[in-house]
Amino acid sequence: MTLRDHAIRYGFIVLLFGLVAYFAIAADGFVSPQSAVFIFQSVAITGVLALGVTATLVVGGFDLSIGSVATSAMMAAAYVMVVLEQNAVVAVVVCLLIGAIVGLINGWLIVYMRVPDLLATLGMMFLLVGLQRIPTEGRSIATGMTMPDGSVANGKFGDAFLALGRHRFDFFIPNLIPVSVVVLLVLAVLIWFFLEYTRFGRMMYAVGSNERAAELAGAPVKAYKIWAYVISGVFASIGGILLAARLGRGDIASGNNLLLDAVAAALIGYAVLGAAKPNAFGTAVGALFVGILLQGLTMMNAPYYTQDFVKGVVLVVALVFTFALSGRGRG
Amino acid sequence: MVGSAVFRVEGLRKSFGQNEVLGGVSLELHAGEVTVLMGANGAGKSTLVKIISGVYERGGGTMSLAGQDFAPNTPAEAIRAGVVTVHQNINDGVVADLDVATNLTLDRLSGSGAPFLFNPARVRREAKAVADRMGLAIDLKARVSDLSLADRQMVAIARALAHQPKVLILDEPTSSLSSAEADRLFALVDRLREQGVAILYISHRMSDIRRLADRIVSMRDGIISGVFDKKPLDYEGAVNAMLGRKIHLDQIVARSSAKAILTIDGLRIAPGARPISLTLGDGEVVAITGLVGVGKTALAETLFGVRRPLAGAMTMNGKPYAPGSAGEAIAAGVFLVAKDRATSGIVGGFNLERNVSLPFLKRMANLGVLKRRLERATARRQIEELGIVCRSEKDELASLSGGNQQKVMVARWMAQDATLFILDEPFQGVDISARRDIAAKLRASANGRATLLFVTELDEALETADRILVMSEQTIVGEHRNAEVDLDRLLAEVAGGPLHDAA
Repeated sequence: MTLRDHAIRYGFIVLLFGLVAYFAIAADGFVSPQSAVFIFQSVAITGVLALGVTATLVVGGFDLSIGSVATSAMMAAAYVMVVLEQNAVVAVVVCLLIGAIVGLINGWLIVYMRVPDLLATLGMMFLLVGLQRIPTEGRSIATGMTMPDGSVANGKFGDAFLALGRHRFDFFIPNLIPVSVVVLLVLAVLIWFFLEYTRFGRMMYAVGSNERAAELAGAPVKAYKIWAYVISGVFASIGGILLAARLGRGDIASGNNLLLDAVAAALIGYAVLGAAKPNAFGTAVGALFVGILLQGLTMMNAPYYTQDFVKGVVLVVALVFTFALSGRGRG
Repeated sequence: MVGSAVFRVEGLRKSFGQNEVLGGVSLELHAGEVTVLMGANGAGKSTLVKIISGVYERGGGTMSLAGQDFAPNTPAEAIRAGVVTVHQNINDGVVADLDVATNLTLDRLSGSGAPFLFNPARVRREAKAVADRMGLAIDLKARVSDLSLADRQMVAIARALAHQPKVLILDEPTSSLSSAEADRLFALVDRLREQGVAILYISHRMSDIRRLADRIVSMRDGIISGVFDKKPLDYEGAVNAMLGRKIHLDQIVARSSAKAILTIDGLRIAPGARPISLTLGDGEVVAITGLVGVGKTALAETLFGVRRPLAGAMTMNGKPYAPGSAGEAIAAGVFLVAKDRATSGIVGGFNLERNVSLPFLKRMANLGVLKRRLERATARRQIEELGIVCRSEKDELASLSGGNQQKVMVARWMAQDATLFILDEPFQGVDISARRDIAAKLRASANGRATLLFVTELDEALETADRILVMSEQTIVGEHRNAEVDLDRLLAEVAGGPLHDAA
């Protein structure tokens, strides 16, 4: 392998370690278990969404509705528990169903109605952003809120549900690892294994690379595409559950950045190990990369409003790695 | 007719990394002459063309055009100097979303001196002049994406000719044309020859070469291995120089089969077409030949379950066979090596090993989890079996030559035993030696299955099949045992004589 090949393959990983080394020296307290856990926690929800959207990228699609699926799931969880006074299990099941149904509809629009993926999921995004405001006439949901008909909602978030956002597992140090981080790691391993080691994942890559060849090799291409959107929808709704559990209310204003952060992580993932294609490991590293960078900068007192700019720079650099340097993006 | 050398290449070298592709190529093109360049895939033809047309930078050597030094840095410079290339990939030569008129005048839309505003009337006027000059009978308002491949090809060539070139390079221009369309192209080449254009014509097709060549230049392993310009031209010598070994035109020993594998009864594949009935036997290699667009691919797709027949029934090994999808066909043991590997075969994101395993992942997985060791072993076995030239089973397909890519496509489907093995134009864009390898492999492994080939080139059918069927107008019109074939009758059937004369 030439130097250039090495640069493409390991460049981003080296950059990641370089960054960690720099912050370790420059920022006090950056190297600590708590700091590491905080980084993981800060990227857990976007990471879960990014893993989901990776599945749609693999089949050559895209899902812009993930952010709104997550916030819709969050609002639905709050509505089910606070207004309908149901328990945590019901809330979780409702959220997952919403994710699956939105995924099915996205897939149906794209596969059978032949709407281009970006437009179909963009439409779904607008639809969901509007829909989640209708039951409460645009208000956030919290215990004791007044409903549109004047009654007071007396339900509350179950303890079991809040534990999803607040419980921490012991890991050498007591109360160290939050549930959301465990969920992220488990889902990352699951989707990585699914994409790399099962025949279904392999076929999804084939569909994304050459749909006709995959079809002529006997693959049910339409089903694979729809499943990709269902995976994306369900992962997004899991992100929504974690968000609701963290906030403890159905906050109409939260979750604005989810879509962009998740998509950025997945696209940064293209550059990891010179993959030049969507991949679960890259997505996870991409999410971590953004988390480490922001945590480090925050600890060095960079103002919060520079964050989006920094993320954008990282994304553009990663895309240059993928498309210009490796040359594989040209197909 | 023979003029002085208008274009001269001397000692041209080019390497990619440590891989030397051109090792000092010298070539002359004369005005008013067609020079045919022959070479197996990987011989360096495409690289040579790309250097001449300004796509690649040369590694060494000189080029001159009409006595002047010629060193184009970009394709546009080469074109402006009068060296115009029509590349093999037709879609590189046309813009699919624009109409024919705009395509024909596309190069006048940019560059210095181009008017600022787009004037549709002027474009149509200029386009009409270009079209008339080369006798192009295509609706100028039609969108190129709605045209057939052959018409697109004509548009791409017409567009190149709009520059009034001194040197014209045609890279396998007939590979997707029917013979009537090819005749139109030949007439055009004749006209250009008379106008004094120096033409470099790259082709594998002997019929083209016999029809057009004034000189033949053979290339092998990055060097010129033979120049033939004495009349009558020594075609056999040219082929030998290109292959570097004596090719044996072994006569096929036609086999016949006792046991029927597939029986087709009254199959109708297009409205108004006469029904097709035929039987394919165990161990038999049957070729269906016919012009482009007579329904060969439609029949292949019908057998493979991608397309539904309008009427008729099929029986395989005594059981009714009516596949509803490619997946069902594969499950029943019917495999198809589809036409045009780039669009319907190769998965670009996958390496060789993964391309080979693609259709049989289910059989290579346990509870959905892939058995990677089995996958690798299968790929290595198939590389060995078909003699695929590659570094390892991890190679990207883009790094292989066309012939080897096609071998991978065949290897993919030969990894498992088929009941009916269909190959649609398996020799398209494949050099002669790879073609022979594939044909020999098909014949050697034919027992236990029926093998069905769809080929446009008659030579390919004669070289490979036990039995040759002729298709015309979406149906079978003739049948020949491949032993002392009555070529006149066969050609008449291909050309589509009155149906009642046919078998």
